[in-house]
Amino acid sequence: MDQARPQGPAGRVVMEGHDVQRALTRIAHEILERNKGADRLVLMGIPTRGVALAERLGARLAEIEGVPVPQGRLDITMYRDDLRRQPTRAPAPTKLPDGGIDDQVVVLVDDVLYSGRTIRAALDALSDLGRPRAVRLAVLVDRGHRELPVRADYVGKNLPTSQSERVLVALTEVDGRDEVVITSGPAASGPTAGGRE
Amino acid sequence: MRRHLLSAADLDTAGAIEVLDVAEQMAATQQREIKKLPTLRGRTVVNLFYEDSTRTRISFEAAAKRLSADVINFSAKGSSVSKGESLKDTALTLQAMGADAVVIRHPASGAPHRLAHAGWSTGSVVNAGDGTHEHPTQALLDAYTLRRHLVGAGGSARGADLQGRRIAIVGDVLHSRVARSNVLLLATLGAQVVLVAPPTLLPVGVEAWPVTVSYDLDATLHGGHGDLDAVMMLRVQAERMNAAFFPSTREYSRRYGLDAPRSALLPERALVMHPGPMNRGFEISADAADGPRSTIVEQVANGVAVRMAVLYLLLAGQSGGVADEPAGRATTEGNLLP
Repeated sequence: MDQARPQGPAGRVVMEGHDVQRALTRIAHEILERNKGADRLVLMGIPTRGVALAERLGARLAEIEGVPVPQGRLDITMYRDDLRRQPTRAPAPTKLPDGGIDDQVVVLVDDVLYSGRTIRAALDALSDLGRPRAVRLAVLVDRGHRELPVRADYVGKNLPTSQSERVLVALTEVDGRDEVVITSGPAASGPTAGGRE
Repeated sequence: MRRHLLSAADLDTAGAIEVLDVAEQMAATQQREIKKLPTLRGRTVVNLFYEDSTRTRISFEAAAKRLSADVINFSAKGSSVSKGESLKDTALTLQAMGADAVVIRHPASGAPHRLAHAGWSTGSVVNAGDGTHEHPTQALLDAYTLRRHLVGAGGSARGADLQGRRIAIVGDVLHSRVARSNVLLLATLGAQVVLVAPPTLLPVGVEAWPVTVSYDLDATLHGGHGDLDAVMMLRVQAERMNAAFFPSTREYSRRYGLDAPRSALLPERALVMHPGPMNRGFEISADAADGPRSTIVEQVANGVAVRMAVLYLLLAGQSGGVADEPAGRATTEGNLLP
């Protein structure tokens, strides 16, 4: 799960390194504006790339506000609704920040928002871990085609795509470079088939 | 993992490490206030127990329930088995009720294998102890306990094996399914095993096992086969003994029982293990069983996490519908890789 994404057929680069950085800086400011500071804020990254994004966002927030923002990682493998459609995979560790998430404002961080099923699973996982005051969602890319009533509070880039396309996010921490690429993937066999996002 | 877990030999090194790694994650979820996961909702696990058991049955039941599976407990006592129903008819009944997994304990060696391969049912079969043959989940939880202490120093040991560790398994090897599964799994994980037992309690053909054999517990504890990382005591299975295997219980206890002076011979970090149920004062004395290096109670707790991992790996990904999806779809968009 942690290996670098294969260099697929040449696609269209829609975000480059500095675009990703700028989007994260803007999201950091938006979070602080809406939350009126970094008080009672917790960032929870969804593996694999959401964790790296949460770390970067946390660093930005700390830079702007001058106080550290607690971070954690939330593995959703065991809460997925498509477990039976996929080969079994090993769950990754879930880590809560020391203060827990009770009565905090939890910002879920993920790379791509697509069907909304990952976020549904994340909300279930979160409610087993505690009772946050509020849950927000920050994503680097929103590519549309929602299958559940989920929306993001903070979006790096809205990316209109067709369902037959694939959005590949590469991050320095995982893949060695920052990049968002659209490629034309294999034809979709149905709206939910293999609906990982 | 394959569809069934019948023997510790079903797991190769990578497969065994995967079970232990998943068990580590499962154990982490068991530290939470809400211990239940929705993962196996709608699946049915049948505990089919033809032999008495406390630990294993409760452990499997807890594991299945923590993963939200429905659990049906069946014990031969009080069922139609006492009216003479065969394993086949019982299996067909369970199949008709829609069991996704059958956890079976049976006094006959090979019963789980028969159940898995006779075509009576379509579910997964997990061997929870068959006769004097195997008990793979016990070996997995022992390996998990060993890895946690010897490699992870009480914490995470993700991805590690037991390369170079030396484990002594002491006692009634002949009747012990725990010993057989442990020998296989520990060898798979790279550990060295020393079997210590009177010659009468060693099986025919033990020379072909990947182990060193010793008849002298004191010499082994003194480091006769190298420094030990753990001693695993086995229960003397009087109920399976139809002949005199040793002169008297007192003599056995004197020569092969673990007491406090003997456990003091062990290197400082070495563990004392027992799969339970213990005959206190016979193969292990109370002060050795309750001493600081004993992991006997922890083994029981780890059993739930390991069995959760086994049920998860056998049941979560399996589906009748997976074949008709094009393989490429699995890699679509987002944060998780194929």
